[in-house]
Amino acid sequence: MNLMKIIKIADGVLLTPDINTDIEIRGGYGADLMSDVLAFSQPECVLLTGLTNPQVVRTAQMADFRAIVFIRGKKPQAETLSLALQEGIPLISSPYGMFELSARLHKAGLPSFESNGVS
Amino acid sequence: MASPRPLSEQEIHGRRGRPITDRDATDISRVEELSYELKVQEVMTADVRVASPDMPVSEVLEILRTNRISGVPVLENEQLQGVISIEDVVRAMRDGELSAPVSEYMTRKLVTVLNYDPIVKALQAFTESRLGRLVVVDENGRLAGMITKGDITRGVLLALQRDYKEEELRRYRASHLFEDIVSDRTTLVLRYNIKAQDFIRGGYASSHIKRALLRLGADPQIARRCGIAVYEAEMNLIIHTNHGGVLKTEVEPHRITMSTVDDGPGIPNIEQVLQAGYSTASEQVREMGFGAGMGLVNIKRCVDKMEIESAVGKGTRLTMRIHIPSQNSSAQKD
Repeated sequence: MNLMKIIKIADGVLLTPDINTDIEIRGGYGADLMSDVLAFSQPECVLLTGLTNPQVVRTAQMADFRAIVFIRGKKPQAETLSLALQEGIPLISSPYGMFELSARLHKAGLPSFESNGVS
Repeated sequence: MASPRPLSEQEIHGRRGRPITDRDATDISRVEELSYELKVQEVMTADVRVASPDMPVSEVLEILRTNRISGVPVLENEQLQGVISIEDVVRAMRDGELSAPVSEYMTRKLVTVLNYDPIVKALQAFTESRLGRLVVVDENGRLAGMITKGDITRGVLLALQRDYKEEELRRYRASHLFEDIVSDRTTLVLRYNIKAQDFIRGGYASSHIKRALLRLGADPQIARRCGIAVYEAEMNLIIHTNHGGVLKTEVEPHRITMSTVDDGPGIPNIEQVLQAGYSTASEQVREMGFGAGMGLVNIKRCVDKMEIESAVGKGTRLTMRIHIPSQNSSAQKD
């Protein structure tokens, strides 16, 4: 699914207008525990999270995520934003909560990328 | 750089399917950066044709036609007098005055930019003056060249291409490292000093390690596994140690060895820390999404071999190793 479509479904605000959003997202993963993200995610998906610190961007970079959506209208810290711009990872803020947003994206056809622990 | 600001409906839903507006153009970051980095003299035409005030307009017409340009500066004793453009020549033709001197038809109002101005200055001058070409002068007011919007576009495109080529070249050079240097055993060692409690820079070293591996031609899957393992290890140094520690990555054609060494506090019971969910992390660390007791478990899953030695009061050494299958990438062959 194209990231533009994800932004639309999420009623999202793109926080990094300088970064290209015409990219293909293969699946979704939602978590507030960065170790869970590192342990169970698969590459090339979008991360839904309630955390806004710079480690979210680092985690996304290490795990090969393509974009990050902050839930419940959260806005990232300044360091998070500048790191995302530096690493070229688009940041989006969505008014929906984790469950609601996951459901909306899944219903629209975005597959779950939560692997069962086998990498 | 850009700060979060409310975006219009159009911006959120994208630019595709409609022409890029001036507003959009300002959102393209690298181009924006380049408009400040690139100097007028890097993109301008330095070798310009010139006219003199007493030259007949017909001669200017010939210069414009044979050089396929749309205007030339007018010089008298090396002093700038004005510009004569195709529009001025057309006016002379309409009046049937092609034999008239240039001084009668040239534009005396000069819009100039300095040769060492950033190109953004020229862009502003184009917008304000609505002219198609500007005269470039040096600090003494002498003619240095001419600049058109086309020169700027070409300059920016060339610079973007250069950026891309530089990264390609870095990758190319790095990926041949192990082939170009012959020894019985070649090892590339990357060392990083990690400070305790430095959460803001957490992941900085790991990010560089991952990028280095990709440039060396590592398989993306292997780079990802190394990245995750080394990131968890880096965060452990930041979260748990007294004084931080050293993070080291040794790259060899057939394997990657990553290690962390610190001087305390040490782990009293290694069995315990290897259990999923066991954590001694503070509330502050947990709020950042770490300290779930998954770090070492995670590392173990990503690497082929993990060893941990620790002595309370002395410190901990963690060693992680990933083997590279020989068919994995040409640069990593044995």
